[in-house]
Amino acid sequence: MGGTDAKDILGLPKTPLSLTQEKKSRPQKESHRKPDGISREVYALTGGVAPLMPSIDVTHLKRPPPHDEKVAWQWLPVKSSARKDDLQLYHWVRVVNDVPPTGDYSFAKYNKSVDVLKYTDDEYENHLTDPVSVWTKEETDQLFELCERFDLRFTVIADRFPLSRTVEELKDRYYSVTRALLRARAQSPAELANHPLIKEPYDMTRDRERKRALSMVLSQSRHQEKKDAEILAEAKRITEMRLAARRAAEPDVPANENIGSVSPSSNSQLPATAVAPSTLTMADYASTLASLRMLHVYLRTYGLEQMVQAASSAVGLRTIKRVEQTLQDLGVNLKPKVPTKTVCDEHLELRKEILTLLNLQKQLQYKESEGSSHREGTYAAMPDTPKDRVFASEPFSFGAERPIKKEPKRKGPGRRSDTPSPAHKRPRKLKASDL
Amino acid sequence: MTKSDEKKKLKDIEISVPLVYGNIAYWLGKKASEYQSHKWTVYVRGATNEDISVVIKKVVFQLHSSFNNPTRVIEEPPFEVSESGWGEFEIAITLHFHSDVCDKPLSLYHHLKLYPEDESGPLTMKKPVVVEHYDEIVFPDPCESFLARVQNHPALTFPRLPSGYNLPAPMQVDDNGKKKRGDTKDHSLGQWFTSFSEADELLQLAAARQQVQAHIAKLRRQISLLEGQNQTIKTGSDP
Repeated sequence: MGGTDAKDILGLPKTPLSLTQEKKSRPQKESHRKPDGISREVYALTGGVAPLMPSIDVTHLKRPPPHDEKVAWQWLPVKSSARKDDLQLYHWVRVVNDVPPTGDYSFAKYNKSVDVLKYTDDEYENHLTDPVSVWTKEETDQLFELCERFDLRFTVIADRFPLSRTVEELKDRYYSVTRALLRARAQSPAELANHPLIKEPYDMTRDRERKRALSMVLSQSRHQEKKDAEILAEAKRITEMRLAARRAAEPDVPANENIGSVSPSSNSQLPATAVAPSTLTMADYASTLASLRMLHVYLRTYGLEQMVQAASSAVGLRTIKRVEQTLQDLGVNLKPKVPTKTVCDEHLELRKEILTLLNLQKQLQYKESEGSSHREGTYAAMPDTPKDRVFASEPFSFGAERPIKKEPKRKGPGRRSDTPSPAHKRPRKLKASDL
Repeated sequence: MTKSDEKKKLKDIEISVPLVYGNIAYWLGKKASEYQSHKWTVYVRGATNEDISVVIKKVVFQLHSSFNNPTRVIEEPPFEVSESGWGEFEIAITLHFHSDVCDKPLSLYHHLKLYPEDESGPLTMKKPVVVEHYDEIVFPDPCESFLARVQNHPALTFPRLPSGYNLPAPMQVDDNGKKKRGDTKDHSLGQWFTSFSEADELLQLAAARQQVQAHIAKLRRQISLLEGQNQTIKTGSDP
């Protein structure tokens, strides 16, 4: 609503001409009434709608909030099902209307423990004796006692264990004993099938390996991290290129696995191929074409987009913008209006040629600065400004916009110079008369 | 060649189907109400108005959810939907192909346009607002039976086959009941159809490439000239 004031001042019509709105959002019925007590302008500041938070009347703050129940706090004894002994404890309790709360101590439900299995001596002799290594019955007994006491916190157990054993060894012994016990006691193997210990048995070597890998990753320096990321990206790229180039129906599983299992320490194993930008782009095209083929059907405009992206993948955003600017200056549509096969091919070739052109420009500038620094002994190169436009349409040269009609008679006053001198730093603007 | 496929596929042969899709919208003028101000038709047609049902089995137009039955399935040419309304919205046009052509559907998106670009001009009932886009469906690896079936059809561009390559005799697609013509050459809205020609764009591109190539050659000459100069300077400055 405040908008109408602004429109008034500017002299614009108040209602919009066209109803270009989606059917979903009908124009909202605005609240025309403003609340009393606030001036119109102040209300308009809030956007002309009611405030989001319900506001409290000032009068309410003086009175305390009314309540119909009587609340008192009492120092009462507490009974917890979690406690096995008879210790009597007290605490403050919120008593409502003289009725103390019922129910168990609210935190009792968190008193969970692990059921560590207990075996008899017979069971031990029949199933659980350790054939391989050094676990004696006493040790196993001690282990199980500690497990129960410390709720399977193996780091603590390892600490308390009288003999020095690693955490993995303790875990291994505990889990294999429990597994054997479960198997021995079960009526049928089927009932055990879903028990987590049976389904996924503890593997000591894997655990060791995993911990080692974790600690290595943790202790990596930042530099190392960056290098690893780069190498992995490069490797991924190479595998993708290979996959696309082969156009294989079957997935290239071994290659993927190799990449997956590269650990940080084995950087040297990966091929460190330094690929030149041009060959990389060719591979990009090939892989784009291959991925288009895999679609079985696609729109030509989509195909062209993909190829253009492949062409621009090796260059920066600035260069891409310059290519687009050059296309515009040449009078070419950035996206062809009639994208037939020939048109799209030509368009792509043109873009590639423009990229080459821009590269050459850069090279030339570099050479010029080299040359001038040799002669003058100072570094006098001027950076290429993005405003440099090779085919910029100037008022006196119609070459860029009407390539077909040559107009050799129109020349820019004093702007022509046939051959650039080495001291000339900026690339010359091309005119039709030059061709 | 890839290993044994049931349908033999050829390398580097593609079939393309030139299409035009878009909408034509008439302002209803005196008969316009608040919610039905325009009468519009959204469609897909062959770019040269040939019958594209040789390739396309059905087209699904997904309209705005406020329309009755917003999913319109058109199984016969002309592939179009006519409606009346007041709002502009995006329509998803999904092309489904015959089974020997391709299993996957292809989607196009068109923003329905009812109001002319020039906002301040008066709306007229005589001339509709027309927005059309040209695009082509590309089948990069058509199978033999598809190739055989569409051999001489005007709706698509057929590739040049390697010499000596003989296509099997086409299997007749079951269309006994379809005597109705599928082309849009005599369409009621045909007078508004745009005729897309690649000639202008090709000319533009060719000229642009010429300019760029000439400039490239020039730069290369300049660079080699400079390299020569730099060499002499270097040798010259050595004591």
